[in-house]
Amino acid sequence: MTDSFPSALTGPSSKERKYDRQLRLWAASGQQALEESRVLLVNSDGPIDKQKTTVSGVVGVETLKNLVLPGIGGFTIVDPASVTESDLGVNFFLEEQSLGKSRAEETCRLLKELNPDVEGTFSTTPIAELLQDTKFLPAFRLVLVSGPVKCSSLDLLCNASRELGIPVLYTHSVGFYSTFSLQLPAEFPIVETHPDPETTQDLRLANPWPELLEAGARVRDLDTLDDHQHGHVPYVLLLLHYLEQWKETHEGNVPSNYKEKTEFREMVRAGARTNNPEGGEENFDEAVAAVLKSLNPFSLRSNIREVFEMEECQKLRADSASFWVIASAVNAFYQMHRVLPLPGSLPDMKAQSADYISLQNIYKSKARKDLEEVTETVRRIEGSFGAKRSPIPEKEIEVFCKNAAHIKLIRGRNIPRIDRDVTVQSSVRMALGIPESLAPISIAFQILDAVVDQLQETGSTVASIDDNETWDKQTQRIIGVLKAEDPEYVDEEVEEQIKNATQELRRTKAGELHNISSLTGGLVAQEALKVLTRQYVPLDNTCIFDGVKSRSEMHRL
Amino acid sequence: MSTATVDSSVRWKHLYGVLSTPGPFSDEDWVPGPETITALESSKILVIGAGGLGCEILKNLALSGFKDIHVIDMDTIDISNLNRQFLFRQADIGKPKAEVAAAFVEKRVKGVKITPYVGKIQDKDEDYYMQFKIVVCGLDSIEARRWINSTLIGMVDPEDPESLKPLIDGGTEGFKGQARVILPTLSSCIECQLDMHAPRPAVPLCTIATIPRQPQHCIEWAHQIAWQEHRKDEPFDSDNMDHTSWIYQQALERAKKFHIHGVTFQMTQGVVKNIIPAIASTNAVIAAATTSEALKIVTSCNPYLENYMMYAGEEGVYTYTFEAEKKPDCPVCGNLARTLSVDPDSTLEAFIESLGERAEAQLKKPSMRTEEKTLYQRFPPQLEEQTRSNLKLKLRDLIEDGQEIAVSDPAYIIDFRFRLVFNK
Ligand SMILES: [Zn+2]
Repeated sequence: MTDSFPSALTGPSSKERKYDRQLRLWAASGQQALEESRVLLVNSDGPIDKQKTTVSGVVGVETLKNLVLPGIGGFTIVDPASVTESDLGVNFFLEEQSLGKSRAEETCRLLKELNPDVEGTFSTTPIAELLQDTKFLPAFRLVLVSGPVKCSSLDLLCNASRELGIPVLYTHSVGFYSTFSLQLPAEFPIVETHPDPETTQDLRLANPWPELLEAGARVRDLDTLDDHQHGHVPYVLLLLHYLEQWKETHEGNVPSNYKEKTEFREMVRAGARTNNPEGGEENFDEAVAAVLKSLNPFSLRSNIREVFEMEECQKLRADSASFWVIASAVNAFYQMHRVLPLPGSLPDMKAQSADYISLQNIYKSKARKDLEEVTETVRRIEGSFGAKRSPIPEKEIEVFCKNAAHIKLIRGRNIPRIDRDVTVQSSVRMALGIPESLAPISIAFQILDAVVDQLQETGSTVASIDDNETWDKQTQRIIGVLKAEDPEYVDEEVEEQIKNATQELRRTKAGELHNISSLTGGLVAQEALKVLTRQYVPLDNTCIFDGVKSRSEMHRL
Repeated sequence: MSTATVDSSVRWKHLYGVLSTPGPFSDEDWVPGPETITALESSKILVIGAGGLGCEILKNLALSGFKDIHVIDMDTIDISNLNRQFLFRQADIGKPKAEVAAAFVEKRVKGVKITPYVGKIQDKDEDYYMQFKIVVCGLDSIEARRWINSTLIGMVDPEDPESLKPLIDGGTEGFKGQARVILPTLSSCIECQLDMHAPRPAVPLCTIATIPRQPQHCIEWAHQIAWQEHRKDEPFDSDNMDHTSWIYQQALERAKKFHIHGVTFQMTQGVVKNIIPAIASTNAVIAAATTSEALKIVTSCNPYLENYMMYAGEEGVYTYTFEAEKKPDCPVCGNLARTLSVDPDSTLEAFIESLGERAEAQLKKPSMRTEEKTLYQRFPPQLEEQTRSNLKLKLRDLIEDGQEIAVSDPAYIIDFRFRLVFNK
């Protein structure tokens, strides 16, 4: 960001005021990542039939709208089409005067009006030609493609993007249906996944460190406290206190199963004073409520275990991404202590200010100590590679340590193609077995792609995208592909569902409805934002939206 | 109409496709074609709110073939709207949202008429609402939603099908949102679903006043207590930067005194304005979900949502579509009083206070009476004075276990009926 965040007295900058509502979701670091990103939109790839039908690309433009508003660095629209009368009935970023002009230029111009901070350019050259310049694609952090697109162009684009590690979102929106898939690089780690703070507290009551134990031990004689003091002992200390009592009669073990925890909970509950006007004590209520979720011994979640076990983490190279260097250092920490670095946050609880703050400081300083240990390991690793690595910023290590338990690694998958990939076929077959599944819609879109491919074949005499014979042929072919390995899942009922989905698609003759494209543009932009900011958890890897039934589904295809 | 020069069947080719062809899921008795198209183009539709959702809703309706759209909003454009309210520009700051939004969409989409009204929904009466076919709501205020919900329910005349105005409601918060379709008196209403949208619990006053632990507690102290002490003659205005800066300074000092870290200007603003995070993409999803239902309801080209779609986008794309129940004890569309369990030993004052926070009531300024007597009445002042002494009495001394009371609140036109059952 050009204007930095203000000191205490100046108040927010105008940029902070403009982006206030989103900075509360992804903070300055997310905003900076957005502002450093250029996005490529391939919004059509020439006519898809001999009647010059072109993908209207509303979903692409609506997606960009939702990225220009929050302030990505820039965008480029690739679209060889000219604006037609029917574009004006569905695309908001065109006007009467746009008729006959370049659609790329007109949509670019009207999108730029939304945010003067965003740069926009366009090209009317087909994408396949643009890709011949090897410097073209590396300028982008993300590629958006509005389908259906010629198979050959899509392959070219997806392969080149995969090699450069650039994510691709391939989207269809036709009639009341839409679908999109996300192709991520082979490994896509996310550190700031933003889990729900309510469900992810890490208080370490079952594995306390010495300073925390000591704080618990200081609450020895609860009975000698007056009512006010008694009602303000932080619940974390209450639990530590009663745990010590419990251990005395349970061979030094903490309550481990549900039965023991319930018993322990009653023991805590019995400690509350009830002879007061309120008939109870809030801090004890909080302690009782926390028993079931806060006494579990530390266990490593599978998502982070998987990261530790990956070859990238085990065998670092001089050019390993900083994520893997930190992951490796955190793994060393885990191997040594059998816990992850402490995140260090403490939920609010009934307590006197000073008592709460001193307890909070115990958590904070332990987190700081753990961070120091991890940082030392990181520096040692960096040192082992000599001058080849520049030091990873401390902030990055800190963010990793704070979020370590909830880090997620997505293994990127290709844009799914039923007629090519047997694993996609088997995933689709499985999905078809689930009642009410939206998989038939995704199959209908695959049929649409196949129809478009057939029309593009040299020597094809079919004139229109709405040709019955071509649709029947491709429908039968795709159904055949699905049945080939295992006919069991594609029974008559499923065939009927697929035919219904294609029939619904064909009501608009492969055209878009504004509502559905706008909704889908919202979903696609959201995934784009997550990919660009590397915050929250992106789709893995396909989403289907059914505007007839107003619901969506995620599939890993 | 200016569409005279335009060949509608070419311009609206995609839309007319679904309006002129039966689909596998459209009703067997449905007649597609010109009649349906005329029904759509002649339907007058009302949009409540011209903010994040409202801008999207207006665009979507105009590009769904609606020709006669009305929009109500009382707000003016603020700089913090520009990250999502895409019909507004820097130069529009300070102008009324409804007017700027209406003019923009009218200019961009030829042939659509958009009539703005700058003001409150409560300014309008039943005659006004009666002229619309459908009401689409994109609001951030639960109070306004409840008001329009009860108004539309009150308008239903079982003898006259035209009096039933479907209400389509959208709401968002960060990456989350919901869209719902309400057929007044026939299906679950906003009030039936009130407890699904519980208010955030308030921080107890004693924490704010004496034992702050969080930066937010210090801000609340400055906002609720310090302002009263030092500047009580000026009404606090959360849009006034000087006011917010003052609160921020006070909060910083208090935080320093208690060794609390983390008070920022951004957080101060968030607390005093009760800011909810908002982004363009979530608004796009929810707004389009509501307008897609509007199109389906008006044209019958496909079945409409029955009746609730919940959306969450933090982890992938998640929706949950289900039928929310119509509740027989709904204070607005039901005929039974809603049961509230109460502590018979709590005072009437404490009970009144609790109604603001209880998910199933959420009434901030209630007055109440039993069939025989008034328990507490805020207005007129004489009545307030007469009933004030009841505030200190215990519930058990005022009512019987299981007795019904009627509660009114200046924010709503109807009475809420509750049956108070004593905790054992
Ligand atoms: Zn109701």
